[in-house]
Amino acid sequence: MTNKTFVLTCLTPLLIFSLAFLAFPLVRLFLSSVEGDSGWAVYLDIIRKPRYLNTLVLTVLVSLATTFAALAVSTTAGMFLSRNKFRGRNILLSILTLPLAFPGVVIGFLIILLGGRQGLINQITPGHVVFAYSVIGLFLGYLYFSIPRVLLTVMAAAEKLDPALEEAARTLGANPLRVVIDVILPGLMPSLIASGAIAFATAMGAFGTAFTLATNIDVIPMVIYTEFTLSANIAMAAALSIVLGVVTWILLLIARSLSGTTVAAGG
Amino acid sequence: MTLNLTNTAKTYGDGTKALLPTSLNVDTGEIVSLLGPSGCGKTTLLRIIAGLETPDLGGKIWFDSDDVTDLPVERRQVGMVFQSYALFPNMSVRANIGYGLKMQKLPKSDIEARVSEVLEMCQLNDYSQRAVTALSGGQRQRVALARAIAPRPRLLLLDEPLSALDAALRETLRDELAILLRKFNITAIFVTHDQNEAMAIADRVAVMSEGEIVQSGTPEELYRNPNSTFVAGFVGSAMHLAGKINGSKLTLVGGELLLPSDGTGCEAFVRAENIQINKNGPLSGFVDAVTFLGTHYRVGVSGVVSETITSIFSGTKVPKLGEKVRLSVEPQSILLLPSKAQK
Repeated sequence: MTNKTFVLTCLTPLLIFSLAFLAFPLVRLFLSSVEGDSGWAVYLDIIRKPRYLNTLVLTVLVSLATTFAALAVSTTAGMFLSRNKFRGRNILLSILTLPLAFPGVVIGFLIILLGGRQGLINQITPGHVVFAYSVIGLFLGYLYFSIPRVLLTVMAAAEKLDPALEEAARTLGANPLRVVIDVILPGLMPSLIASGAIAFATAMGAFGTAFTLATNIDVIPMVIYTEFTLSANIAMAAALSIVLGVVTWILLLIARSLSGTTVAAGG
Repeated sequence: MTLNLTNTAKTYGDGTKALLPTSLNVDTGEIVSLLGPSGCGKTTLLRIIAGLETPDLGGKIWFDSDDVTDLPVERRQVGMVFQSYALFPNMSVRANIGYGLKMQKLPKSDIEARVSEVLEMCQLNDYSQRAVTALSGGQRQRVALARAIAPRPRLLLLDEPLSALDAALRETLRDELAILLRKFNITAIFVTHDQNEAMAIADRVAVMSEGEIVQSGTPEELYRNPNSTFVAGFVGSAMHLAGKINGSKLTLVGGELLLPSDGTGCEAFVRAENIQINKNGPLSGFVDAVTFLGTHYRVGVSGVVSETITSIFSGTKVPKLGEKVRLSVEPQSILLLPSKAQK
């Protein structure tokens, strides 16, 4: 057996798996989207009908906001946690990464406990403060489960930063803000992009949290669910799935190519 | 610029005393080396001068007549070359060198002009557009130096600038660095654990041990008149002649030697180049190592003192292993130093 055939043999299980569970269902999904009554026009419907288009735009915006907020929060927290050793650090760290263990429904539930009609904030504030069922609630829920994903990656990268680089910048007259811009962020950039991509993709596809919270608003995974189970509009559900996948993929591609220059130079 | 440091000490949180109260003066344009084994506090002292560490209360650091003790590092106007060079990997050679000037918010044309001037001075013209990751060790070292001096710092600090290089390159770059530092005409302090480096580059060497400066002087002074057994051993690797001193007579296992003066309460040291293989010598021992070093041999002789002592032999008829040899030492070349117990 030559080396090449050996490698191919080893790859066979992956090939079968990819075909059976990835390529085939995707093709089938795509075919179902155009097999409906309206044929290819189903994709035009997504753009033409405000209900679908607005939901798509909202989903993307909430996911982007979640991604950037998670990056901002986790980068500062991650830098602090990797630079400072103090009593209780490990406990704090395990609390921060706890959301990884929760399904989306639990996170939605936590947001309702905080900002719902019977929620903590509504009880302790005089006015009628309920935000759990709005975009804010959704954003907070997504943020909650995005933070640990970004935090762990940032911390691993922060520990690898060379402290001499920061000292060099400071001896050259850089104030702390410039050090962050010129040294720390470029050093963290590859891991920020990787973890940001994960946070974004997770937020785009999040269902459990949205299902629990989204009474007044719709996100794409919710619309797909309603089209599929309630309206039995399989073509539209499939088309929306395809669009969701394509939009996520394109945005991740853009992020990667935009950062490509920085990452390459960051070597 | 003159640097003046008084009563500067550093104690870490866990009580480790990295630096005992130290004073140091460096004159304008002087190149001073802090020499010592690892853990002697030399890097701590350098980092305190840079502002990267804060000294214990009571320490004062003056740059000319400015008290910079409480000035943060970014406003001290020091140039620093790090052991790992710490070049910014996300910037080109030019951008690295121009970084300090950019922080001073100089106009772009001024920055370009100064960067070109420094590139020229450090012979880096051919590499100016390269990524720093595509440079060799020696080139990186020069970029680090160029970056440190580009903003015209008041003081240049170098932390083991040659130790990241391999041995062959280190020697060439050592001489190059000595020439460059004089060309910059800048007050400089550089830290090293290598006595050859210190002697080749510095005008004045401050030898450090266990958190304090033991002796400071020109390389010649340190070599010829060390003030302690530590300096004698560290600079020029003097060997201890452990024996019994009686007046001006030294009795060793392998024979007797005359001392230059009364050696009561002292210990005798001698350097390898002052031990001659001489068939009429008063000491006798056996050859247990011969190393050929091109210009000379190093001959290890046992049986003279409890440890093997080394002699430099520049003839061609080198003694064989195991052979019995006689050694002589001129009394003037014996260093008499106060014994450690008394210190």
